[in-house]
Amino acid sequence: MEALLALIIGVLTACGVYLALRGRTFPVVLGLTFLSYAVNLFLFAMGRLAIGRPPIITEAAAAYIDPLPQALVLTAIVIGFAMTAFVIMLALKARAELGSDHVDGRE
Amino acid sequence: MNALLLAVLTPHLGAALAAWASRYGRLHSAWVAAAVTVLSLALILPAAVAAFAGKTVIERLPWMPTVGLELAFRLDGLALLFALLILCIGLLIILYARYYLSERDSMGRFYAYLLLFMGAMLGIVLSENVIQLLVFWELTSLTSFLLISYWQHREDARNGARMALAVTGAGGLALLAGFLLLGEMVGSYDLSVILASGEAIRAHPLYTPMLILVLLGVFTKSAQFPFHFWLPHAMAAPTPVSAYLHSATMVKAGVFLLARLFPALSGSWEWSHIVGGAGLITLLTGAYIALFKHDLKGLLAYSTVSHLGLITALFGIGTPLAAVAGVFHIINHATFKAGLFMAAGIIDHECGTRDMRRINGLWRYMPYTATLAIVAAAAMAGVPLFNGFLSKEMFFAEAVSAATQMRFGWLLPVVVTVAGVFAVAYSVRFIHGVFFNGEPVDLPRTPHEPPRWMKVPVEVLAALCLLVGILPALTVEPILSVAAAAVLQAPLPEFDLAIWHGLSPAMLMSVVALVGGLLVYAGRRPLFDLAARWEGRVDARAIYQHLLQGLFALAGGITRALDTGSLQRLLVLFFASAVVLAAAGIVDGATPLTGSRPLLEVDGVSLLAAIGLIAASIATVLMHRQRLAALIIMGAVGLVVSLIFVKFSAPDLALTQLSVEVVTVVLLLLALYFLPQNSPAESSRLRRVRDAVLALVAGGGAGLLAWAVLTRPYETIAGYFLDKSLPEGGGRNVVNVILVDFRGFDTLGEITVLAMAGLGIYAMLERLHLPGPERDAAGRPWNWDRHPAIMASLTRLLLPLALLTSVFILLRGHNLPGGGFIAGLVTAVALIMQYLANGVAWTHARLPANFHPVIGWGLGLALATGLASWAFDHPFLTSTFGHLHWPVVGEFELASAMAFDLGVYMVVVGATLLILVYLGLMHGASHPARSAEDRR
Amino acid sequence: MNAHLAIAPVLLPLLAGIVLLLMRHVDLRVRRVLSVAAVVMEIGLSLALVTAVADGDILVYALGNWPAPYGIVLVADRLSAWLMLTTALLALFALLYALRGIDASGRHFHVFFQLQLFGLAGAFLTGDLFNLFVFFEVLLLASYGLLLHGGGRLRTRAGLHYVVLNLTGSTLFLFAVGTLYGVLGTLNMADLARQVAAAPAENVPLVRAAGLLLFGVFALKAALMPLHLWLPAAYAQASAPVAALFAIMTKVGAYSILRVDTLIFGDGAGSLAGLLTPWLLPLALATLAIGTLGAVASRGLRAQVAYLVVASAGSLLTAFGLASAEGIAAGLYYLPHTTFAAAAAFLIADAIAARRGELADRLDPGPTLPGNRVLGGLFFVIAVAIAGLPPLSGFWGKFLLLRAALDHAWLAGVMATVLVAGLLTLIALARSGSLLFYRSHGHAPTSAGNGALLAELAPIAGLLLLVGALTVAAGPAVGYVEATASQLLQPYQYIHAVLKGG
Repeated sequence: MEALLALIIGVLTACGVYLALRGRTFPVVLGLTFLSYAVNLFLFAMGRLAIGRPPIITEAAAAYIDPLPQALVLTAIVIGFAMTAFVIMLALKARAELGSDHVDGRE
Repeated sequence: MNALLLAVLTPHLGAALAAWASRYGRLHSAWVAAAVTVLSLALILPAAVAAFAGKTVIERLPWMPTVGLELAFRLDGLALLFALLILCIGLLIILYARYYLSERDSMGRFYAYLLLFMGAMLGIVLSENVIQLLVFWELTSLTSFLLISYWQHREDARNGARMALAVTGAGGLALLAGFLLLGEMVGSYDLSVILASGEAIRAHPLYTPMLILVLLGVFTKSAQFPFHFWLPHAMAAPTPVSAYLHSATMVKAGVFLLARLFPALSGSWEWSHIVGGAGLITLLTGAYIALFKHDLKGLLAYSTVSHLGLITALFGIGTPLAAVAGVFHIINHATFKAGLFMAAGIIDHECGTRDMRRINGLWRYMPYTATLAIVAAAAMAGVPLFNGFLSKEMFFAEAVSAATQMRFGWLLPVVVTVAGVFAVAYSVRFIHGVFFNGEPVDLPRTPHEPPRWMKVPVEVLAALCLLVGILPALTVEPILSVAAAAVLQAPLPEFDLAIWHGLSPAMLMSVVALVGGLLVYAGRRPLFDLAARWEGRVDARAIYQHLLQGLFALAGGITRALDTGSLQRLLVLFFASAVVLAAAGIVDGATPLTGSRPLLEVDGVSLLAAIGLIAASIATVLMHRQRLAALIIMGAVGLVVSLIFVKFSAPDLALTQLSVEVVTVVLLLLALYFLPQNSPAESSRLRRVRDAVLALVAGGGAGLLAWAVLTRPYETIAGYFLDKSLPEGGGRNVVNVILVDFRGFDTLGEITVLAMAGLGIYAMLERLHLPGPERDAAGRPWNWDRHPAIMASLTRLLLPLALLTSVFILLRGHNLPGGGFIAGLVTAVALIMQYLANGVAWTHARLPANFHPVIGWGLGLALATGLASWAFDHPFLTSTFGHLHWPVVGEFELASAMAFDLGVYMVVVGATLLILVYLGLMHGASHPARSAEDRR
Repeated sequence: MNAHLAIAPVLLPLLAGIVLLLMRHVDLRVRRVLSVAAVVMEIGLSLALVTAVADGDILVYALGNWPAPYGIVLVADRLSAWLMLTTALLALFALLYALRGIDASGRHFHVFFQLQLFGLAGAFLTGDLFNLFVFFEVLLLASYGLLLHGGGRLRTRAGLHYVVLNLTGSTLFLFAVGTLYGVLGTLNMADLARQVAAAPAENVPLVRAAGLLLFGVFALKAALMPLHLWLPAAYAQASAPVAALFAIMTKVGAYSILRVDTLIFGDGAGSLAGLLTPWLLPLALATLAIGTLGAVASRGLRAQVAYLVVASAGSLLTAFGLASAEGIAAGLYYLPHTTFAAAAAFLIADAIAARRGELADRLDPGPTLPGNRVLGGLFFVIAVAIAGLPPLSGFWGKFLLLRAALDHAWLAGVMATVLVAGLLTLIALARSGSLLFYRSHGHAPTSAGNGALLAELAPIAGLLLLVGALTVAAGPAVGYVEATASQLLQPYQYIHAVLKGG
């Protein structure tokens, strides 16, 4: 299972990097989103994998997964969302002002 | 009492005064300048008496104790001599300039600059600490820049000033390096220590590099070959400036340093060869070029270069007597050269030109000035009964005695005699060419004697030339002895300043020089033609300009090659650096990548999901140019990611990821409306391959890193949170407790980011008109029908339910998956549904359009909750909780952290809606007609 | 209050930002007064902080009363306090310059300005690595807002590049932090230092990789070559007060490098001790060279100053790269100097450009400017400061740096690079100065009153006064930074203070 997750993280990162290197703003935004998927999964995985052990205190539960990475990822997701939203709007502004959606504003 | 410090500071402060004084009349600043100069003379006097008695006065003020730096001033014979030269000649210059400057020139600026420069020069000669000396050294470079470029409107003045600054500034930097090494060698920056440890210094392995660095400073400042070229171009300065900088001060700073460090650095093979060699070459080239200059000041400039070479050569010879002669010639050159420059200034002033081919026979127009000039020129030529003769005589004698000590020594007397010949020749030319030699050639104006007081400075200097020349013992001997003693830091050798030493070789050389000089001048015509043919063949300045051009070209090339303003380049560099760094860290042959931790089994469902996700990701990349399709597929990827969170016991993450995914996709859909539907295929094949390789390496790296960590066991602080969450955090949902309590500060920052994103977007899109398309990608016109009725009413029904849910999520968040952030997003989504279903205008009529207050109060609430704990003397964000029974909801505990979570909720709702609604409004705005109808 | 001294300078700007947001409809003058007052108070708090830690005490503030390493702690030592003071002083004059109307050329200027300070303060004071990430994001988003403030084509383009690049930077930061947590199981920097020291051999490569990734992130912020290319465009396009404030932004990267290299990978770290050092010196020297060449090549004054900021980052990190107490001290003395000087340069560039009509800040001969003398005089002093010429603090920073390099293996290389760079800077600035002020002909179209001119130049003069103060008070200042350096080189003091000897 770990291998599978590592593979997923790798693929997401690769896709993210490739798209981020495109010349137009839209694919770049997609790329950044991919990168944030990848890093969120990565960060989450740093708490190691466990099934059926949510970090919610109950008398029944025998063990819990490491809750800290989850909290970190939650913060990361929020920040990532804010950043993505910002960059999307900036892309629109750039399109409107530079007359092109190329990242360097050239046609 | 720090008289010396004050003496140095006075001119600096006086500069401001002089500048200010000029507001009340042109001449006021001149008077101020003179007064200031006299004042610092007076300040030096007490110490001067002691110094004259052979003592060394040292004053110290602590400054940077830990670095061994203090403000330290020193007055001994040498310092005294130079201080007197600087101040007295300075005084004459001030008087002279008052008549020289025209109505158009700003007196205040001139005298301010002059005083600044004077102060810096004083600082050099009075410094006990070499670093402090360097500070003043560089200050002379800066202030001389201001003086030389005084006539800013003139191209040659600007360029000359910049060249002087660059050359002397470069020398100053070398000098800094040299002094640092020197200080390292002797363990102190104090001259007293340095001068006392000559042996140790010369024995030190770093001696040669240090010497070269110091000499670079000296040679650039004193215009020694091959750095001599800046000096003639500095002649673009007003003549008083030239008279000051190139007789007594600026250029003398270099030879002063030679004299100052003489005991510490001299007496080695390197010293005698580098210093002596440079001196001789400069002496000869300067004298030679001077003869062929048609510009009056040009001639004097090159003769200055030549005389500086003479002085340098004397110190290079390195015997005590030579050093004495060096100091003597410093005095003599200062007097006669200052006089000559002033005379040249008067001539320029009266004739309106400095071209010696036009200025002839001035004797008839200004006999008095002519006499003065002839006296000074005779001294420059080294004619008996003039001061220049004495020191030159000593120089010849030293050259002869040094000749016996080294191979090719016989060259020495020959070289200096030849130089002497040229010196006489150009002096004769100055006298004969200017004052006799026929009639003036169409001068702009008819010359006559200058104002009375303008001649006084020249008279004084000419008188000195004669007095010293005739009665050396009575006039110059005392100050010369104390100065020379200070240079040598040892008892003086026997020397007598007599005019007649009998028939010595030196005498013979003097005669040869005089006669030869006359002959050369007599037969100058062919020589001039020859020189004219060689004009500009070898020009150090041209080389300098060339280097400068090369520098600018090189810099431009490199910079523009790197900085192409391409985002893709920035990103490639960044990703590549990351890969390199990570690789450099990971790669060490010894340790295995895979750790020892037991792994989980793969089950079919997960495998399928994984395959699906990977396939979708790759599909997105492959189809990224069909934007809508790519976006939808990416949405699917996001869903699978949230499934992964579900699978591995992270319900909160799953919920968050899901809601964020929804909002992000909505956002991208709205954005896509304003963007082209497809990306053109523009990146070349090569670039695509490059990017793909980089992407694969990066992805591989991330995957391997994850694998390496996942397969390793680890110790974590997590246990603490699991233990304390319920008893001390008052919540069962540990993740939420961490977010709002253990690490609430992170969350505070996080919502600030979200809030700023909202505000930033609002500020960014304001007053921006986004052109929307009339037709979609397939060319179908956008459908402007009313929003579908069923959906509209449905969403309106759903809204309260959704809001209730979000409240529920918010409240239970502390104990079960949920919390402010998810609740906020649910609310946001619900409201967005209204916009999508009912249109912006309809919803606006029923909802506050402005979400700034929501954001503000949300942040405020979060902050306030944190600050509240200060009231109970607890640190920021300390939480407390208690239980209470609510009707419907049931037994339920209320934690202060929940107020914080409420703040989070508000910020999320506010920011998200601010973004989306604003974009929604722009849709309306992009079709004015539509939005008008919408509003009905 | 004293109990909360370590957090007060962080919360104050946040509070100010929130209030300013809620008061957005109140008269601008009121908001200006409020904003300035907040910054002045911030200066006061920073001064209090400096005095509190001057004798070597390390203030530790456990947020939510949770003990380290579990909760987040703020840690104020000499280094943090020094940077806080620099930031606050810089902010005041940048803000004052903005009050001349630039703050009204778009929405929420003061909110973003205050939140920028919030982010900076948090970054300098936090003792938790993930929290550092969060504050990086805060100061980044604030900087996005400020950079785009006022709008304009080129500004938008520069902003887009800046934002996208920094987003990838944040991603890398998370990879690094994640790896460290995954291997060492903690986020508190002091605890990390302890865990690194105890890390088993099989984990060393992972920690090293994570450490170097962190270095990559900080190098991007510090504009270390080859990751410096984002800076010139961004800084040259930002509005003057924003560019001036950004003078501190590269220092955040430099600070983080110094902190991580001396604390987490400090002496105690065994085989990982001084992990970043070998990378730092060569890259820093290269940065210095490239930045200087860029300044020589620049065709506009703003771009020239921006490149000089790159060069100054090079000098700063060269000093840190010497990895000796003297080197670090030299860098820390140079840091406020270069911050103030660069800020002043950006402001004067704006004041000049504003008077040259079409030509703006292009380095071509133009009309004689109104207030030529005053502007020229200020420019001259600023040039002296930036070129590191005596007598101003720039020279003393350079002197301390070279002095520190004397017993370093790279002495020749460092000396040559630093001195030649200084000379080239001098040549470049002399050229700009004589182009802008000497080769002028005719008179400028717009002629502002002299009174207005003085009011406009006051903030610049203020920054120069700070430089002067740093020169005159070099004795105490150098004493403080030397103490700071020795404190940094004894990380166990920090660790002990945070973990109470745990």
